Amino acid sequence: MADVWVFCQEADGAPTSLGLELLTKARELGTVTALYLGAGSDGAFATLGEYGATAVYHFDPGDELASGPVAAALADLVQSHRPRLLLFGQAYDDRDVAGRLAARLGLSVLSNAVDVAIDGAVTTRHEIFGGSQIATATVEDDGPVVVLVRPKSFPAEPVGGGTPTATPVDLPDVGAAAARVTGSHVEEREGPQLEDAAVVVAGGRGLGSPDGFELVERVAKALGAATGATRAIVDAGWVPYAKQVGQTGKTVKPDVYIACGISGAMQHLVGMKDSKTIIAINKDPEAPIFSVADLGIVGDVHKVLPKLAEALEARTGS
Amino acid sequence: MQVVVCAKQIPDPANPYELEPDTHWLVRPAEQILDDTDRYGVEMGLQLAQADEGTVTLVSMGPAGNMQGIRQALAMGADKAVIVDDPALRGSDALTTARVLAKAIEREGFDLVIAGTESTDGYSGVVPQMVAELLGVPALTYATAVTVGDGSVTIHRQTAAGYDIVEAALPAVVSVTAGVVEPRYPTFKGIMEAKKKPVDTLTAADLGIEPSLVQKVVSVEPAPERQAGEIVEDDGDAHLKIVELLEKVKVI
Ligand SMILES: Cc1cc2nc3c(=O)[nH]c(=O)nc-3n(C[C@H](O)[C@H](O)[C@H](O)COP(=O)(O)OP(=O)(O)OC[C@H]3O[C@@H](n4cnc5c(N)ncnc54)[C@H](O)[C@@H]3O)c2cc1C
Ligand SMILES: Cc1cc2nc3c(=O)[nH]c(=O)nc-3n(C[C@H](O)[C@H](O)[C@H](O)COP(=O)(O)OP(=O)(O)OC[C@H]3O[C@@H](n4cnc5c(N)ncnc54)[C@H](O)[C@@H]3O)c2cc1C
Repeated sequence: MADVWVFCQEADGAPTSLGLELLTKARELGTVTALYLGAGSDGAFATLGEYGATAVYHFDPGDELASGPVAAALADLVQSHRPRLLLFGQAYDDRDVAGRLAARLGLSVLSNAVDVAIDGAVTTRHEIFGGSQIATATVEDDGPVVVLVRPKSFPAEPVGGGTPTATPVDLPDVGAAAARVTGSHVEEREGPQLEDAAVVVAGGRGLGSPDGFELVERVAKALGAATGATRAIVDAGWVPYAKQVGQTGKTVKPDVYIACGISGAMQHLVGMKDSKTIIAINKDPEAPIFSVADLGIVGDVHKVLPKLAEALEARTGS
Repeated sequence: MQVVVCAKQIPDPANPYELEPDTHWLVRPAEQILDDTDRYGVEMGLQLAQADEGTVTLVSMGPAGNMQGIRQALAMGADKAVIVDDPALRGSDALTTARVLAKAIEREGFDLVIAGTESTDGYSGVVPQMVAELLGVPALTYATAVTVGDGSVTIHRQTAAGYDIVEAALPAVVSVTAGVVEPRYPTFKGIMEAKKKPVDTLTAADLGIEPSLVQKVVSVEPAPERQAGEIVEDDGDAHLKIVELLEKVKVI
């Protein structure tokens, strides 16, 4: 059995869903060790076990920026144990640790994978050009291979394993490569979490102005949905970055995704095209978003959305 | 302060990208533009350097072509450019790219290196972190705000929930998000001056690097197409179609 190491980060005291997705996949590939980044707790380690980790290395950088010291400590572990595969998510700290680790050990990194297999070589699949093409890649090396996987590529399913032993890892002083986290700011959020919501109502530049986004919020409220956005309106400052869906934002797979005034650029599509049902409202019949839509409305968001909100509010009596 | 900005030339994303049939490498025409992602880095670099009478050097790897993208960054105000152009580097992975950039950066000297968070054409999203590791400095990543003072750099580092404030001593690598600053447009004067600014062209051997290809794209195939949906023109009642579908899939 291949040794597979999986990076899992903590958020709100528990492993993120991305980490659990990777553990679920890793079980298929070999014996699973979790690399846990965060404060750690018995509950968190038990969850890692439930999703298939049989051992845990625990890294707690405190208020040091994780990447430098964690990559250094992890590099030593990788060199002494030589796992076949290291799985990370396509997420902030994952990228930082994986990048530094790979540079330290001279390992190649396969990025943005949506699937991974070990059959002799490690091979990965990547959606390129906005998901219109699938590339299969491989690293010709039987040493450790580092793969970064896009969120929501695999379901997260528990197997009910017992609590693994967690080994705390000493973090070295990385001297000139050290950085400190001196503060933290959490953006306020209403409604369900974007990544986990069953319904997402998202808006783009076609809403015309920041006020236009209120229409999206109104429809979302009536549906108990989360709101999302394109990078165009995040960069324009209409909504916070935490709402961005796409290549450089969040990946979502809700039951229903309603795209309002969104053109459907490649970088947006990769973040939402796997939603079960997609509804798009756009005044341009040629808009690329219609190519992924189950229902496309060629029309003006300022006309369709208020009526939709009213109809939904009438049903729920809100 | 010596600022080095990593600036990548990419095929214009307005035209569909193509892959070479055998290697599956991206086709790179002579005409390449400055990656939009790096316009933010160039602007950030210029603002920080100008505040402290520093210089901005561009470092780039890839076929120089007619250097439209590099000229664009020079026209914004960067002082000089180093471009590593070598056929032996075709098909380089992120690690080889980072090795080349790190060597070129060391050769120039630096207090601060600025890069984008991920490029538009390859978007592996790990090059800045790799460069930092190779240079032995911190990587302050995903910056939405950057300030430099007193031998240190402080950023707002984007997180899933908001942002963290992260601080380190210089020298350091910072990767900036789109929107960190508003990039300027080159002026006519800037464009004229850019033509006279120094551009060094180097090979991998000049930097003591022996490229090796360990990563390979084995095949590329079209993704299964999503079944075409129903498209309707809004006649004033299109919202009812939406309600109907929401009922059908049982979310209301
Ligand atoms: C490296 C990189 C990473 C990126 N990452 C992301 C990402 O993560 N997420 C993302 O979303 N984008 C990303 N982008 C940007 C992406 O390429 C597009 O620019 C962006 O998605 C466009 O946003 P938009 O659809 O809101 O705006 P536009 O493309 O301007 O589209 C607006 C649409 O609204 C329609 N419209 C206008 N008025 C109305 C009206 N009254 N009623 C109905 N429809 C109307 C128009 O027909 C048009 O189709 C990235 C780009 C790069 C280069
Ligand atoms: C579709 C596609 C998929 C790919 N997948 C992978 C993969 O999984 N793993 C892998 O190792 N390689 C991959 N590559 C190759 C990779 O894109 C190239 O190695 C590239 O030279 C560097 O990586 P990047 O552009 O992805 O860097 P990123 O890390 O995305 O770039 C971040 C920033 O680093 C700086 N930078 C990056 N490259 C340069 C450069 N050449 N010159 C100047 N500054 C630069 C820029 O500031 C940029 O904004 C892929 C390429 C393509 C076209």
